[in-house]
Amino acid sequence: MTDYREDFLKKLRDKVEKWERETLPKSLSRYPERMERFTTLSGIEIKRIYTPLDIKDTHYLERIGLPGEYPYTRGIHATMYRGRIWTMRMFSGFGTAEDTNKRLKFLVEHGETGLSLAFDYPTLLGIDSDDPMAHGEVGVTGVAVDTLKDMEIIFDGIDLGKVTTNMTINPPAPILYSMYLAVAEKQGVPREKIGGTTQNDPLKEFIAQKSYIFPPEPAVKIAMDLVEYSVRNTPKWNPISISGYHIREAGSTAVQELAFTLADGIAYVRHLVERGHDVDSFAHRLSFFFDSHINFFEEIAKFRAARRMWAKIMKEWFGAKKERSLWLRFHTQTAGVSLTAQQPYNNIVRTAIEALAAVLGGTQSLHTNALDEPYRVPSEFAAKIALRTQQIIAYETGVADVVDPLAGSYYVEWLTDKIEEEAWRYIERIERMGGMIEAVRKGYPQKELTEASYRFQKEVEEGIRKIVGVNIFTEEDEEEVRNVPLLDIDPNEVEERQIRRLREVKRGRDSARVESTLNNLRDAARRGENIVPYILEAVKAYATEGEIMNVLKEVYGVWTEPIIY
Amino acid sequence: MTITETERIKVLVAKLGLDGHDRGAKVVARALRDAGFEVIYTGIRQTPEQVVEAAIQEDVDVIGVSILSGAHMTLMKRLMELLREYGADDIPVFLGGTIPVPDIEPIKRMGVREVFLPGTSLREIVEMIRQAGLERRKRRGW
Repeated sequence: MTDYREDFLKKLRDKVEKWERETLPKSLSRYPERMERFTTLSGIEIKRIYTPLDIKDTHYLERIGLPGEYPYTRGIHATMYRGRIWTMRMFSGFGTAEDTNKRLKFLVEHGETGLSLAFDYPTLLGIDSDDPMAHGEVGVTGVAVDTLKDMEIIFDGIDLGKVTTNMTINPPAPILYSMYLAVAEKQGVPREKIGGTTQNDPLKEFIAQKSYIFPPEPAVKIAMDLVEYSVRNTPKWNPISISGYHIREAGSTAVQELAFTLADGIAYVRHLVERGHDVDSFAHRLSFFFDSHINFFEEIAKFRAARRMWAKIMKEWFGAKKERSLWLRFHTQTAGVSLTAQQPYNNIVRTAIEALAAVLGGTQSLHTNALDEPYRVPSEFAAKIALRTQQIIAYETGVADVVDPLAGSYYVEWLTDKIEEEAWRYIERIERMGGMIEAVRKGYPQKELTEASYRFQKEVEEGIRKIVGVNIFTEEDEEEVRNVPLLDIDPNEVEERQIRRLREVKRGRDSARVESTLNNLRDAARRGENIVPYILEAVKAYATEGEIMNVLKEVYGVWTEPIIY
Repeated sequence: MTITETERIKVLVAKLGLDGHDRGAKVVARALRDAGFEVIYTGIRQTPEQVVEAAIQEDVDVIGVSILSGAHMTLMKRLMELLREYGADDIPVFLGGTIPVPDIEPIKRMGVREVFLPGTSLREIVEMIRQAGLERRKRRGW
């Protein structure tokens, strides 16, 4: 069965055949094609043209439908950006809490609509700034947070009842969430009113981002403690952002990014259902995070396929009934990995194209990378251009004035189907392994990524993949590179300042209270309880992030990954 | 180059510091392996102490370090100091990662042989490491 009339399809088939026989050869002899095979970045082979014949089995009503209706291929909302522009959420944070507080205020002044905190490596890994392992890393890639005191300073003068905040944090997510809650409480903002996101997605850490601490099973348990607690206490908070971004940045294809992300999501839903929760009690708070890479149409197709697949998974696999449980809401970041250190101003153009793909794909929020990010945390100047890029797309181009304008494109619909089909194959393979937790333990997605990234690098070197400034249109002169104004931070000075504050906090706190809250946490973790309420108590006593993490490491152990390359 | 002479070259590929960006290090490790080198990859989150210890214990000819956390100045300084301390500063050291251009000269002054920026071809990396490894072997009278 097909949406098209059989006689029409027959006529079209004849016409295409005739075109291939008569029109095409003339053109080919005059203008031979640039390559023998054209492929997307994921290696999907692309034909010369697409016609209704390529999507004749894609039933419009079932597979595409209308925005705001199942299967949500065209978007989760009926009006999309005609109602409200996506949230412009620029990832930022560096140095100490004071530096970051200043940057957040700068971005808000220039029209940013949602905050997004980047933490330094010691914070991401639950290590205090005075730990020898932290030396040289304090405040470099993001802001350093050791205790509640730092979070109080970061949000000084920012009303947590008015902004929403994303926190890119994983194993220590319950700690940073608790700190945010404690700051809100001090500001007098009720819990029900605070909004934002904790990334809190442990499985992709094993696959790609590698800021894992605990072994897979306890890592998932802890993350789901936060989901459970948050759904009950902070109804507007997204306790998890199931992330494909890092998977893609670590070298996966678009198909792998999509498949592994959804497989992670399946593992979390399964865990929560096994804990006894009704799927409709939490599914609406799950959120996603994808990469928008440079292969324009492939990205748009990926976003559209993602929505359709997740809706089906939630409805058919888990029996979700509420409409909101079926929505795949997602944040997008343009592809950091597509930026080049060479001729860095070209990065503005790359980012603009990737951002456009995210918007045409129906994202809920967006971060655009700054041109200087191949080198360092962005300067104010570079961060502002990145934000302005989104504003130009939103307010000048007109693309936000119509919902899902690429629906019905023979190519885009075909590619959406194709990506979906290939992603299902990966998901089925992971299901046969026993789900993502098992697959990660076996190193399956890790190995897939290693292969894909090596293949890509080879293709770049062989000139099959072209990158302006890297393997075509290269320039010898490095003056342009030298003249990019970079953010000037002195890591030694930041480290000293941060350690000084940490020592002051430790001197000023009630150490007996710290100790008793940490003991209570240890006991609760051993009993297998939800640990979030205990972490909140420890945070309020100004226990450090490192102290809390050490208690958890004692109970849950640490993960060492199998080395695969 | 003959396979037998590269086969003997032993390279330590090390992820120094806390960042988990291991794609570059793994791609380089794989390319070296494919070119016939003996490769030891440390995995992520290594301290300068651990890297020097592994280099000495494994008696490697070359150390290739990857850092994408921005902590390269502090970490490379410590690494080079430790190599000198242990009398292992004849092992050529290469650095790869997101290193801002103004940092390259100071890093080379620490004794680092070469800094590979994003976009450097695998062929170039493999070739330079091969040269450095063979030179060291010659110096040691292989």
